[in-house]
Amino acid sequence: MRKGQYRFVAGFLFVPVALYLIFVIWPYIQTFGYSLTDWKGQSQTFSFVGLDNYKALFQDDVFLEAIWHNILFLIFIPVITILLALFFAFMLNAGGRSRAGGVQGVAGSKFYKIVYFFPQVLSLAILAVLFNAVYRSDGGGLLNGALIKVGLVDAGNPVEWLNEPNVVLWALMVAVIWQGVGFYLVLFSAAMQSIPKDIYEAALIDGASRNQSFFRITLPLLWDTVQTAWVYLGIVAMDMFVLVSSMTQSMGAYGGGPDHHSDVMATVMMRNFLYYGKSGYACAMGVVMLLLTLILSVVTLRATRRERIEF
Amino acid sequence: MTALKETAPAPAEGPAAKAPVRPGDRRSEGMVLNVFSHGFLALWALLIVLPLLWLVISSFKTDAQIGGSAFGWPHSWSFDVFHRAWNKGIGDYFLNTVIVLVFSVPLTMLFGSMAAYVLARYQFWGNRLLYYFFVAGAMFPVFLALVPLFFMVKRLDMLNTYQGLILVYIAYSMPFTVFFMHAFFRTLPTAVFEAAVLDGASHTRTFFQVMLPMARPGLISVGIFNTLGQWNQFILPTVLMQPQSGSDPERYVLTQGLIQLQQQQGYASDLPVLFAGVTIAMIPMLVVYLSFQRQVQAGLTSATLK
Repeated sequence: MRKGQYRFVAGFLFVPVALYLIFVIWPYIQTFGYSLTDWKGQSQTFSFVGLDNYKALFQDDVFLEAIWHNILFLIFIPVITILLALFFAFMLNAGGRSRAGGVQGVAGSKFYKIVYFFPQVLSLAILAVLFNAVYRSDGGGLLNGALIKVGLVDAGNPVEWLNEPNVVLWALMVAVIWQGVGFYLVLFSAAMQSIPKDIYEAALIDGASRNQSFFRITLPLLWDTVQTAWVYLGIVAMDMFVLVSSMTQSMGAYGGGPDHHSDVMATVMMRNFLYYGKSGYACAMGVVMLLLTLILSVVTLRATRRERIEF
Repeated sequence: MTALKETAPAPAEGPAAKAPVRPGDRRSEGMVLNVFSHGFLALWALLIVLPLLWLVISSFKTDAQIGGSAFGWPHSWSFDVFHRAWNKGIGDYFLNTVIVLVFSVPLTMLFGSMAAYVLARYQFWGNRLLYYFFVAGAMFPVFLALVPLFFMVKRLDMLNTYQGLILVYIAYSMPFTVFFMHAFFRTLPTAVFEAAVLDGASHTRTFFQVMLPMARPGLISVGIFNTLGQWNQFILPTVLMQPQSGSDPERYVLTQGLIQLQQQQGYASDLPVLFAGVTIAMIPMLVVYLSFQRQVQAGLTSATLK
């Protein structure tokens, strides 16, 4: 320990810690306190109401339905995205086989990786505008236009992708999956490339088919990465705020339509906070979102736990 | 290799299971699969490129043409619509975003690196605790903090101001930046550090002139990650950058502005302006992405994995 070291350490930590405390940690903590009040947000006057907000939450049909929608997202977005990404990653990294019998990616895999990944750098706002145009409920929408052209949809009666109660959630999911696949493909590719080639070659000599080498070698060795992907996609599925609030019919504010059929926890929370001014109630929703996120992470990590494979 | 046997075989309905495979006939297997896989890969590439290209082309069309049919070429390729979009607000939103990011990204890097450096290379009481305190922030949904955050910024009188958003961006970028740079500073050789100290450099000077330049690859990765993240941020500006009164200037950032424009243009029937706005918003991202394509992929990948 040299002289002046503590002063240096303290000096370097002061600003980052202060900013982090004021804008991140303190609000996180305050939420728990506010969630026990009937704060309207307009004034500093509020009274302690105990768990009333939480009791009200479990009778709030809109919020309960929103939780259910988040759960649907939680199931389908990760499964479909990961399956597609794994499939493409395997194609790109081990799909081709050279004449010598080695394992390699198909031709053009570099190009594919660049193109597939691009949607990931686009903001969700751009994604929302793009898919709003794709899902237009007349022949001007890319999807309806194409379906009318091939004769699957009647031009006089196109599908209202974002206004059909049974379709809207799927329409949103397609957008998220469209954007996400490329990213997880690159993630899985990186993991696949760290698998030693001789394992594949040994399997090849033993007569393993492509399926066998995927399910017996690639997938087990990738399990950690798949798990991580699952948790991250789970976080995406718990959010969904931007797309729902800007693509679906407005239930007052922040989307959620038609008739709350696409509401998620985040949109209900924002509506209660900024539109109805129910700050305390919105805080209670924030706490529920945190609890569900934590439960999700623990469950995912437990359910997918396997023997760790060293190589 | 025995470890491999301990894992149960995965369920058979995986995507690769669809591939037609004939064991024993390897050459035809390769052929069929290559046609098959190339087909799928090309199809997905088209599914990515076509909608984006279609949107860009649509910005040259007239509103009536956009509503009429999804296909068909614009009557004229006039760039006038981009002018109009720029003047209708995209220019301001763009500028607001740039103003915020010019300060928030470098400051995020600076403060994040400073904290990470001290935590990685100095031993003091509470070091581990402070590190976990920083990293823990990444685990909580931002929605948990929104309500108190709004009132905190309001109390500081920084709602709808650049400096408010800048400070909030820096704070919320801290967990990942500290996490990543911490790992990076740990790997740097101690010998160089000791040499600098022996030469009489102060701690501060060692950091800025020796350690920080050595951490450059890490800084680039984190920098790209933060730039993309802050450029695309939506929820924080939605809460913090609303005009508080009629006389307040509109300081929407680009993402907010696009959604705003979408709502307006839906009524005003000027969709080409909206599409041109999206095209304008996409171009910087495309340029950054294509020029730093490897680092972007590596940066975002390590952001998830580490």
